[in-house]
Amino acid sequence: MPPISTSIASSDPTGRTGEAPAAEPTGRRRFLTYLLAAPTLTVATRVGLDAAAPAAARAAERAAQARAADAPPQLLGLPGVPDILDLGDAMILAGLPTSHLLVLEVTPAGRALLYLPRLEVGQGLTTAMAMLVAEELDAKLTDVDVPLSDGRPELLFNQLTGGSNSVRSLYDPVRGAAAAARARLVTAAARRWNVPASSLRTADSAVLAPDGRRAGYGELAAEAAAVVLPAVPVTPKPADQLRLVGRPTGRIDARDIVTGRTKYAGDLQIPGAVPTVVARPTTVNGTLKSLDASAARTMPGVLGVVRIPSGVAVLAETFDQALKARDALRTTWNPGPAADLSTEDVRARLRAAHLPFLVPPLLTQHLDGEFDFAFVNHAPMEVLTAVADVRPNRAELWFAAQSPILAQQTIAAELGLPQNAVTVHVVRGGGSFGRRLFFDAALEAAQISKAAGRPVKLMWTRNDDMRHGRMRPASHHRIRATYGLGQVLTWEHRAATVKTDLGHGLGETLTAAGFNLSLAGLSLAQAFFLLTEKNPYNVGIPTQLLAELPLDLHTGSWRSVYSGTVRVADEIMMDELARRMGQDELAFRRARLRSAAGRAVLDTVAAKGNWGRPMPPGQAQGIGYHDENGGIAAYLVELDATDRANPRVTKAVVAADVGRVINPTGLEAQLTGALVDGISVILQAGNHLDNGAFREGSYGDFHYARQRHTPPVVEIHLMPPSGAPGGAGELGVPAASAAVANAYARATGTSPRSFPVNF
Amino acid sequence: MPTHTFVLNGQPVTVEAPDDMPLLWVLRDKLGVTGPKYGCGVGVCRACTSHLDGQEFQPCTRSVKDCAGHAVTTIEGLADGDTLHPVQEAWLTCDVAQCGFCQPGQIMAAVALLRRTPNPTDADIDQIQNVCRCGTYPRIREAIKQAAARQATTP
Repeated sequence: MPPISTSIASSDPTGRTGEAPAAEPTGRRRFLTYLLAAPTLTVATRVGLDAAAPAAARAAERAAQARAADAPPQLLGLPGVPDILDLGDAMILAGLPTSHLLVLEVTPAGRALLYLPRLEVGQGLTTAMAMLVAEELDAKLTDVDVPLSDGRPELLFNQLTGGSNSVRSLYDPVRGAAAAARARLVTAAARRWNVPASSLRTADSAVLAPDGRRAGYGELAAEAAAVVLPAVPVTPKPADQLRLVGRPTGRIDARDIVTGRTKYAGDLQIPGAVPTVVARPTTVNGTLKSLDASAARTMPGVLGVVRIPSGVAVLAETFDQALKARDALRTTWNPGPAADLSTEDVRARLRAAHLPFLVPPLLTQHLDGEFDFAFVNHAPMEVLTAVADVRPNRAELWFAAQSPILAQQTIAAELGLPQNAVTVHVVRGGGSFGRRLFFDAALEAAQISKAAGRPVKLMWTRNDDMRHGRMRPASHHRIRATYGLGQVLTWEHRAATVKTDLGHGLGETLTAAGFNLSLAGLSLAQAFFLLTEKNPYNVGIPTQLLAELPLDLHTGSWRSVYSGTVRVADEIMMDELARRMGQDELAFRRARLRSAAGRAVLDTVAAKGNWGRPMPPGQAQGIGYHDENGGIAAYLVELDATDRANPRVTKAVVAADVGRVINPTGLEAQLTGALVDGISVILQAGNHLDNGAFREGSYGDFHYARQRHTPPVVEIHLMPPSGAPGGAGELGVPAASAAVANAYARATGTSPRSFPVNF
Repeated sequence: MPTHTFVLNGQPVTVEAPDDMPLLWVLRDKLGVTGPKYGCGVGVCRACTSHLDGQEFQPCTRSVKDCAGHAVTTIEGLADGDTLHPVQEAWLTCDVAQCGFCQPGQIMAAVALLRRTPNPTDADIDQIQNVCRCGTYPRIREAIKQAAARQATTP
């Protein structure tokens, strides 16, 4: 029996209506063809067109808010670009022309399947999406599945997981698709029973008639596929009728996780795929000088040794044998292009790269601050892993991909295959934090599989990913604030960072959203900086400029990207300036915050966290605030620095407003994770560069927080839901980091300038 | 090649492997038991944490030869059929997991802790070394306390 399906025609401006040709009985491709032939379900089109509106409306609202003079009388700050159009808006606009391809299927077995064009890496996205489907479909949550879509090149810009954008961009299309499916199921039941559709209601994956008759969605699926025009409205529910959205809900994949059944790329049993590791140079981007693999080739279990551009791959029957054979390779390496660089050299170069301040310090009172942030590895628990099966005329890959389309294009070009001969299966990932925007392991796996002529399961070791993986770039920040008569007059922030590799499809996304980067004279990074970085306070005239230092090292977006350093430095300076001007740190912020919602969040965290309570010597509270991507967060932490070598955050209180909350449990998890990130990167976790090689090799020396570094008490307060969802995945990192830094400063009476403080 | 016999999740198994092969790769590559995860290979991330005769251990740093004649329990062997272990139940109640990759090891470490210390203090819980890069520690702490309370009220 054919499943029913709906799609959202966000981009179809014609409002055409019509029915699809009869669905083919089986096969995903045919199913998609069916959809492509009929992207114009009336209901879908209307809801889909509405999908464009919220992003524009939210942008306008933010612009109005930014201009509003509801702040106390003082010098008004200029709204930053993100006040009007932020990165998430740009990504939504870029995705609109293809978002009608979002597929929701109701099967005869009664399952509702949402094929998710995103990656699940722990952010709880599949659960949030399942909740949206269950809500609008009136299905049981346990009847909803959210498989991850293979790479689908027709989605163009709409299959990039990043920018805290997934819930924001999918909220309207998913609700619309589910509401449209429900309407067709109701209509099918009305026809079957010959009763008015308006007399029917839905609950628990079934249509119910007033006389007690009941039809499950599965048994209606085939008839519903033949419904031309639904006889009931398909508008998503108003907020006051939501029964699941907004209710704390456990993860749909939790039971699989706690029983060990969840499969990551390395757990897949792909026929013939043999364990593979790669010997890598002694310095970043070094090259192979000589190789003697004779001993390695004769070792037990070894199946092959092949050279690839980044090193020497060893294939074996088990990973243990592959690793031992890798150790037996006799290699020498030419130094990489950064072999003359160490941590201090990078810092010196960043200082030299700064763009100048505009305001001389002579005329007014001023406060200057300079801040260093170290390189930080992403270090997701699951090391990069990719399975590749490359044949003469086709290739198939399995890995956790945030940008599967770009991966498909790149790997196809590398292999000399047409793009459609390469299939990318997206597998859930064991953490990412930005790491899996890049498909480094998948590209290598494809090269190895081609060279070895067999399927491979490539695993980077932890050392590989620490020493040859990607880093949040080291950065240096110079901030100058001038003030007088109780007001902040100017705020200048000059950020210099090691160049961030943003080559994961974001440039194409921004171009699609209408940004002409070359015309604006901006680099991609500067455009990203412009779209994400703003000062949320009225601090006179703010200017923020980014200077990039190109070094031959592997970098990438790290959860919260520029905000993770830029906004943290700003927040530390806010504390220092408040104290210089004789004001309470929280009141100082509150008086200058442009956003009324932001002030409410700050008030909440202050009240719930008992801001200002007396603390023993060596202990202090600290606050941090951040808003971005339609979300607002404030953290208030208490920190014990009695032992400066082992400072401990003892309590954290968080307040957040992300608009419409889909799953409070998931949101709180994101805010908690961000807290642990903040503790880690501010107090103890960073990576040194020694003569072109990263020093830290594992969690033994890369000191990401353990249980003993985290507060026994964490309280999270969510503001009442309203409007549409904002982004939340990265939101907490800058605010949490700032709160920890500010608490450390207050507890120790110092002005920390270099992070992590214990490095 | 030498053979090694041990009890895996209640069933005797015999496997051919070099003496010095870490049990982790025997489990994952030879026996297809993938609950214990590789995260570092040197015993510091503890994502592979399992039990040897009921005691916590890291299969990435223990040779298969050393496990011969002993009972190995991985996350797959913790539940009693469809009946979850109280610690697994607490993990669900507290919705601990994010990416989930470290959680088999976290759960096995928590079970071992509760065997040693049925009513752990915060300081006891702080002794758990397992890394969770998603930062689920506060919920892990809460789940351990819940499981302890549940075990205390179960006869």
